Amino acid sequence: MSIQVRDVSKSFGNFHALVDVSVDIAPGHLTAVLGPSGGGKSTLLRIIAGLETADRGAVLIEGADVTHVPTRDRGIGFVFQHYAAFTHMTVWENVAFGLKIAKTPRPRIKKRVSELLELVHLDGLASRYPSELSGGQRQRMALARALAVEPSLLLLDEPFGALDVKVRQELREWLRRLHDEVHTTTVFVTHDQEEAMEIADQIIVINQGRVEQSGSPNELYDRPANDFVMGFLGPVTTLAGRPVRPHDIHLATAVSPGSIPATLDRVVSLGFETRVVAIPHADAEPVTVQLTRNQIDELALEVGDTVYLRGQDGDRQQDRVVTEMHQDRAS
Amino acid sequence: MTYLGLLVGLPVAAVISQSAHHSFWSTVTQSHTVAVLEFTVGVALAAAVIDAVTGVALAWVLVRDEFPGKRVVNALIDLPFALPTIVAGLVLLSLYGPGSPLGVNLAGTRIAVLFALLFVTLPFVTRAVQPVLLSLERDVEDAAACLGARPWTIFRRIILPAITPATVTGASLAFARALGEFGSVVLISGNLPHTQIASQVIFQDVENGAPQAAAAIGVVLLAMALTVFVVIGLVTRHNTQRGG
Amino acid sequence: MSKFVLRYGVLGYLALLLVLPVGMVGYRTFEHGAGPVWDALSSHDAVSALKLSLLVTLIAVPINIVFGVFTGWLLARREMPLRWLVDALINLPFAMSPVVVGLAVFVLYSRTGWIGTYLFAHGIPVLFTWKAMTIATVFVSLPFVVREVVPVLEEIGTEQEQAAAVLGASQLQAFFRVTLPAIRWAVVYGTILTVARSLGEYGAVNIVSSNIVGQSLTLPLYVNNRVGQLDTTAAYSAGLLLAVISLLILVGMTAFSSRRIRQTQTGVSG
Repeated sequence: MSIQVRDVSKSFGNFHALVDVSVDIAPGHLTAVLGPSGGGKSTLLRIIAGLETADRGAVLIEGADVTHVPTRDRGIGFVFQHYAAFTHMTVWENVAFGLKIAKTPRPRIKKRVSELLELVHLDGLASRYPSELSGGQRQRMALARALAVEPSLLLLDEPFGALDVKVRQELREWLRRLHDEVHTTTVFVTHDQEEAMEIADQIIVINQGRVEQSGSPNELYDRPANDFVMGFLGPVTTLAGRPVRPHDIHLATAVSPGSIPATLDRVVSLGFETRVVAIPHADAEPVTVQLTRNQIDELALEVGDTVYLRGQDGDRQQDRVVTEMHQDRAS
Repeated sequence: MTYLGLLVGLPVAAVISQSAHHSFWSTVTQSHTVAVLEFTVGVALAAAVIDAVTGVALAWVLVRDEFPGKRVVNALIDLPFALPTIVAGLVLLSLYGPGSPLGVNLAGTRIAVLFALLFVTLPFVTRAVQPVLLSLERDVEDAAACLGARPWTIFRRIILPAITPATVTGASLAFARALGEFGSVVLISGNLPHTQIASQVIFQDVENGAPQAAAAIGVVLLAMALTVFVVIGLVTRHNTQRGG
Repeated sequence: MSKFVLRYGVLGYLALLLVLPVGMVGYRTFEHGAGPVWDALSSHDAVSALKLSLLVTLIAVPINIVFGVFTGWLLARREMPLRWLVDALINLPFAMSPVVVGLAVFVLYSRTGWIGTYLFAHGIPVLFTWKAMTIATVFVSLPFVVREVVPVLEEIGTEQEQAAAVLGASQLQAFFRVTLPAIRWAVVYGTILTVARSLGEYGAVNIVSSNIVGQSLTLPLYVNNRVGQLDTTAAYSAGLLLAVISLLILVGMTAFSSRRIRQTQTGVSG
């Protein structure tokens, strides 16, 4: 199910939620729409679903213009951040809802709902009410409900945003495995870059109503189109006025060509990784460097030491120069 | 929308137009009418004020106190809402009228009218204040107590300001209700000149074939009640704006 | 110490104002035994009054339920151009004295009234019949269902309805399968209040009724009539009947009140 969004714009009063947004959703893949809160990603999703109408532009599903087709005729499944469970119906009735509306014969409904409940591991809870379920269970029910009508497109709006961290992680992996099994074109909205990086095949970054970049997670991480994407997808620190990833900085106690001298300000140990903050002598902007435990142990650093920082990227040529090591012990 | 207009708007408009008669001012300024209106407003006001005090006390006891049968008492508060006004009148007549086991006979007195109004307006303030009291966070009161405040001070400086808007709203609703009350007063007031309230005069005028006079007084009552409602609306809006 | 003063002071106030008077009615009714009570209640006049009360209520309540749900839905889910006016009109019955309501219906449907002229010309009597009494009753019990339904609709939001739409439901299907069940306790509670008001209405109905005993009296009017005739047993009997019905209504109110509050707070099905 290929989805195309063409030059879509949407405003709410004076607030421009989306400005000339065009995206191509790869069929059969798991796509993440990633961006900061208020950036327009939920609006984009809802326009694709038909829950909102664009002011300008078009939405095409399988090449057909569905911009003005009502949401119930689009063959789409939607999962809401706060579940939107039908509170007065049991889990079973919730999942069966779409099938009942489509006037599916009873035996078929029974079969399909049972299958789905098994798929989402809720088979023992069919006669419970949503209020009796945990957040994670409710969201799984919502997923089963959306899948029941066999949509060609599955849309999820910050599906794990309301859940605890651990449950979020479990469900995130579980969604990926589900997608691998079912292969429905899936688009989910999130502001959590880790979530997007971990499970998506394709990431579309949206900020302030515009598409910043679209591509695979590695593409976006290694070759960000701009500073925003770079900063949003991973940690960024500034070295010699350029943004660079903390784990791409080479830190040595010896000088080397192009390296920048800095004073070690703080060493923060975070389990397996260590974060080191050094302040370059040239400007006072603190630089964060990420090192592994082993690296830190080998270097035997102390606060106040002079260290030499070099941004690691394959294009730079370096000569090696050896210099003395200073030691300023803090008294 | 049209339904509403037809059902509600039209009759009201009819009354107003009916009252727009050259005799409007003469009716309304007639000495007896004025006296009745004064009494009506006065006794309704008295009922509202008493309700404010007893209502807050009731709400306090129901929210902060515990005793067996509290839930029954809480349910009883709604009785005046459920009971037909004429039965309320009968009820008061039986206890405070002729043949009363308490040995009093208040039938035909102004006090009796007040009693009737207190009966029918009982729930308003209590039901308005209860949710506010329930939602008050005790931390603030505890903090004040730690800082040395005595219970009465805590009540005066912390609780009272929080419940005042609700109390005013409740009392205003009670006032509006009391202004127009009819059924509960009819039996016990005896319809004497000095115990008559406005609604009784309106009723009499209709019975006597003087709908214009009735309409005139009715419009006055309506105007007063609407003013109260506007005030309530303003108080509520002001309150929500302040994050009350 | 002051806690007890407050508690018993309050309870005493309630006893004097509420409990004792209502209890007295029970006592007075059966003062001369149960026989006269039964005779009074089964008399033709009393039965006809009961029938008329039920007739009026059975017409007025469903009208107000449908209107209440429909208008409540419009107010909560749609932008209304003259919203303030609709709000004012809905709350008007609360602000109006019942006799003024009766007067309004009277004026409108009288021989010279705006609607009355037309009706009288076509020989359709409305004033002084049960029809006028029903109209007056619909008027006074108008607000209850709307006022209960609107906050609940606003509280639960539109997400469930959106979910239903995505799953293929039409607007009508979504309304009956999702919206209506979600507000059912509010509707029930509002209905109970409407029934209470319709059954017990006195002032408005009195004015538009021809007040002929055995014919055009509702139960509340009958009570008044019997007091006027010094038939205290009949008056107290009918009054007690109404009081018992009110107590049942009160029980209903209490039982469903907690459900409707729970529903708004947590979106939980009762």
